[in-house]
Amino acid sequence: MAVRDHLRTLRMAAWLGWQIESNWARPLLFLLYSFIRPIAATLILVIMYLIIKQDVASDPALFSYVYLGATFYMFVSGVVFGITYVIHEDREHYQTLRNIYIAPMSLYVYVIGRAAGKTALAALAVVISLVFGIAALGLPFDPLMVDWPLFAAAMLLGLACLTALGLALAGVSLLTAKHSTSINEGVGGFVYLFCGAVFPITVLPVWGQAIGLMIPVTYWLELVRRSLYPGEGIEVLGGLQGFGDGTILAFLAISTMAFTALSLAMFRYADRIARRKGKLDMITTY
Amino acid sequence: MRSLSRVFSGRRDTLALDNVDLTVEEGELFGLLGPNGAGKTTLIKILCTLLLPSSGTARVLGHDVDVDARHIRRRINMVSGGEISGYGLLTIRENLWMFTQFYGVPGKVARERIDTLLEAFGLEDKADAKLRTVSTGQRQRMNIIRGFATDPELIFLDEPTLGLDVATSIAIRKYVRNWLGERDGRTMVLTTHHMKEADELCDRIAIIDRGRIVAVDTPAGLKRQVGSGSSFLMETTTFDPAPLSSLPGVRGLTARPLDGHLQIRMVLDDESAIADVISGVVSSGARVIGLSKSEPTLEDAFMQLVGRGLE
Repeated sequence: MAVRDHLRTLRMAAWLGWQIESNWARPLLFLLYSFIRPIAATLILVIMYLIIKQDVASDPALFSYVYLGATFYMFVSGVVFGITYVIHEDREHYQTLRNIYIAPMSLYVYVIGRAAGKTALAALAVVISLVFGIAALGLPFDPLMVDWPLFAAAMLLGLACLTALGLALAGVSLLTAKHSTSINEGVGGFVYLFCGAVFPITVLPVWGQAIGLMIPVTYWLELVRRSLYPGEGIEVLGGLQGFGDGTILAFLAISTMAFTALSLAMFRYADRIARRKGKLDMITTY
Repeated sequence: MRSLSRVFSGRRDTLALDNVDLTVEEGELFGLLGPNGAGKTTLIKILCTLLLPSSGTARVLGHDVDVDARHIRRRINMVSGGEISGYGLLTIRENLWMFTQFYGVPGKVARERIDTLLEAFGLEDKADAKLRTVSTGQRQRMNIIRGFATDPELIFLDEPTLGLDVATSIAIRKYVRNWLGERDGRTMVLTTHHMKEADELCDRIAIIDRGRIVAVDTPAGLKRQVGSGSSFLMETTTFDPAPLSSLPGVRGLTARPLDGHLQIRMVLDDESAIADVISGVVSSGARVIGLSKSEPTLEDAFMQLVGRGLE
């Protein structure tokens, strides 16, 4: 299939995804929700942090570690679960999956495009959370000290890795019905626990650290923190202080490529099984 | 299709298709006629690459459905009857436009085609209405348009008039016939359990029952298979007509309630058997209201071949 065809599919699917995501019956209420949700999500951790450490100023690197990890983890739910939910939504709610499936286009490209709207909303939530952190909580941030090239490279690879994870779970969703939400939550919890989203992976047992080092999200969050934190000290917290930025970027690139290959294989296999078992147009929950 | 079988696994395996051998010629309007659960939809799903066969092979437009699905999809489309799928937050026109783009139809062509189809199916007034605001019948019509909007070489229509009102069903049948007549090299596979629809539309019909192809012929050819038998239409007061089926000389029999009475259609080996049938009706406590001899219909052919009626 030509690149032109993939781009057209991506554009149309992204347009559809945005139409769905922006279908706000009460735009003002939605806007309010968009502001409150990310702030509320990060405030839970901020309050826990303040109970233990009393204030932000005493250990700004640790505060940044926790806050940035929790904030950027919002992309995981936005991208990964966004992609997975496309299968569930199109099959059970809109009942269009069979028509999409037999159309001459790549289902991978379609689901990625459909999730673009959710990714955009996740990005908005991250920005809101960062602005709130800087303005209201004293999160250390200096745009002149941000390593923008490193941040851009980390985000590019990080989003690619999350997309790969989403595709793998979307494949699983082809074979399941009501369980796909629980599987998403389970995987989300698993990654949250082992990737050092809010605490360094060094606090995990050795086997837990080994798992953490196999998850690309661990390297992505580490690079995001290192690129955004204005100063020294944050790199010693994550347990990856022995590695330079370039090495971690290489780890992220390699693990993302491996993850992508694995997830595409998983999706293809699940697609085949779903076609064999007749799961592509099953309707169970609506 | 060669020796095509499909088994659905479960607590008890269900054989949905059993060694189906069938060839549909280019340019045909080919009908699959059978009762609910006969295997029609399963066959369509396999042919449009939504489901894999358990065994046997199926080739569509020269390509194997298992390994060459990509090549098939560009050239086919499918519409299921009663289909109300679609994105409710988009307008009818937007839904249709999006699907034409998924098939790579050039923008100008897609717009013109959608306008023509909306008019043909009486949806031009609703074109810019959100899909969630229109009736179920209008959603179904939109889905039929979706099938034709990509101008496929081969279209599968699975019970296209299911649940639609009489006027809409007639309009769809007319469109379907014209669509095929106006285009060279287009083929249509239609499943239905409406005898009249199959008789009126199809060039050839395969009668399918319990996953097996029982007969394949033109509608006239199938009717001829009633052969030397005689067809009768009888109207009686209400009673249980089941015992009549086992009377000597009765090849097939269907009964349906009609205006508080019972309408019985039957195929007999010869006319003399009608006397026993009438005796059977009377001995059941019912009364014969009307009796007429009729030309063999597709329903008679179906009864003869399958041993029971469709409904």
